Amino acid sequence: MNLVPLFVAVPLAAAFIIPLLGIWWKKSGEVLAPVCTAILAIMAIVQTGAPASVHHMGGWAPPVGIAMVSDGLSTLLLIAINIVAFVSIIFSLKYMRVYTGLTKYYALFMLMVAGMNGVVLSGDLFNIYVFLEIASIASYALVAFGVDAEELEAGFKYLILGSVASVMLLFAIGTVYAVTGSLNMADVAREISVRFGTTMNPALLLAGAMFLMGFGLKAALVPFHAWLPDAHPSAPAPISAMLSGVVIKSLGIYAICRVFFHVFGVASGAGGSIIFANAMIAFAVLSIVLGGLLAIGQWDYKRLLAYSSIGQVGYIMLGIGVGARVLATGGQLSVAALAILGGLFHLINHAAFKSLLFLSSGAVQHATGTRDMKQLGGLRESMPITSWTINLGTLSIAGVPPFSGFWSKLIIIIATIKAGHYAIAAVAMAFAFVTLAYYVKVQREVVFGSVTKLVEKAREVPALMYVPLIILAIVCVGFGLLYPVFGARILEPARDALMNGTEYIQLVLG
Amino acid sequence: MTVYFLCVVLLTMGLYCLVAKKNIVKKVLGIVIMDYAVNLYLIIIGYKTGGVAPIIEADMPLSTLERFVDPLPQALVLTSIVIGLGVMSLMVAMCIRLYEKHGTFDMSVISKLRG
Repeated sequence: MNLVPLFVAVPLAAAFIIPLLGIWWKKSGEVLAPVCTAILAIMAIVQTGAPASVHHMGGWAPPVGIAMVSDGLSTLLLIAINIVAFVSIIFSLKYMRVYTGLTKYYALFMLMVAGMNGVVLSGDLFNIYVFLEIASIASYALVAFGVDAEELEAGFKYLILGSVASVMLLFAIGTVYAVTGSLNMADVAREISVRFGTTMNPALLLAGAMFLMGFGLKAALVPFHAWLPDAHPSAPAPISAMLSGVVIKSLGIYAICRVFFHVFGVASGAGGSIIFANAMIAFAVLSIVLGGLLAIGQWDYKRLLAYSSIGQVGYIMLGIGVGARVLATGGQLSVAALAILGGLFHLINHAAFKSLLFLSSGAVQHATGTRDMKQLGGLRESMPITSWTINLGTLSIAGVPPFSGFWSKLIIIIATIKAGHYAIAAVAMAFAFVTLAYYVKVQREVVFGSVTKLVEKAREVPALMYVPLIILAIVCVGFGLLYPVFGARILEPARDALMNGTEYIQLVLG
Repeated sequence: MTVYFLCVVLLTMGLYCLVAKKNIVKKVLGIVIMDYAVNLYLIIIGYKTGGVAPIIEADMPLSTLERFVDPLPQALVLTSIVIGLGVMSLMVAMCIRLYEKHGTFDMSVISKLRG
């Protein structure tokens, strides 16, 4: 049986049924949402071994019909999305009790998951736009879920900037359609490579720039990052974990990868691909530098994590961008493969440790009532489990060997050096130490240090909240130590799928 | 070509309204104008001078078939309008909530977060 359509259908159905049942049964969300996300997580794990497949919606073959494409890259994102969604939902069960309107929360959450799964599985440019809007609208509402002044302002800011991104994306999609006469990504890619070859079409260059801006805004790459440091800390902790862990990646990074590698043919050296690759590298370096520098000065735990997300997304983009540039300039395939592998590896690593850290910040806030690091300290005594998971998460993200963040950053930096970008590699290396510095600050101010008044009264959070933390901590450690186990299963297929644009065209169009 | 140019002018006007105005309701209007400029752009892509509705009937002459407008952008615009409506209602709802909290629509008064 083909599981691919179910990844969208199950959460979409849940998002519809939860508020409907919620009229009579107040616990509908708390029962149905964990069940659905558990099913989705299991399906995503099952999907890893499956070969690349295309599902024709309604039996219409592409390019006329709409196709859902599941290849290595989609599978990688599906795993990240659905596992993070599952642990976030489990964490929500206790954490969200203080809020009202819980059925709406779970419905919006499932809608967000449906949108993200749709984005990573869609084989059609306009469908990507529609699913992206579904996920975005749900996340705007979830950021403002607390309806306090701060949440509303952050949500409004996110909504305005997100709408600008959507307008740009629609403009770009319209332009691509005007040039190629198709919306199916494989068909558009074939059309572009046949008609333009290695020459540059100005309309496509404009469309590419619009795509990069639109998806870059969703991915919060500097200079399009202004909404993230407000939106991510203001949202409830499980939503912060989802936003930083997977939303910016599936709506931003994944979409950039798919559109530029598979539609615009950056990998095969199509016209303008060097410009796009250079732009990706430039945004990546800016994100690494600014995200790192701004994170150091933060005293709000969640705000620090949010700025760190900008920097870490920069590392992911750097790996992808360097890979794209090597491919576009006709360099060594092995270097490009290494760079892209590093980027994708950092993508799933970041999904694991950043959602862990945001959930732990929620646990700390739940127990002590604050997220101001000046008022925290000495949590290792009163909240041992949370403290341990914070330690593992910070060690992973800071890039301390042998934890996962170390390996992925190392691969990215080695690939950057091999590609000949010595200055960029030096910047990436220097800011790896900056990352270490501000996470040492987190450990010192939150986990260790002297016990403050607020922390004295704190008790360890209930099991429903620390079990998700433990799961994610195990995943973090596993990613660091067990590359041989999962690398060939999920990372290498994703890398190969990204690098072979022609294979994608053949897969979809047959 | 002129229509495309005017379409981009409309888009820029929306962007100007969004960036320059402090009133959040006017910002929402700016977004809506941008949204409609892009919808217009999609319609123009599918437009043909002297075009007819693309409905196929039996024994239709080839000259009529050639005058069909492209229906796909129209389908896209329909979807896009619906999405735009959803986003706009969410924006307006947030504006109302912000007004309840602050008693003003002025973004410079509302804004406390540092970005």
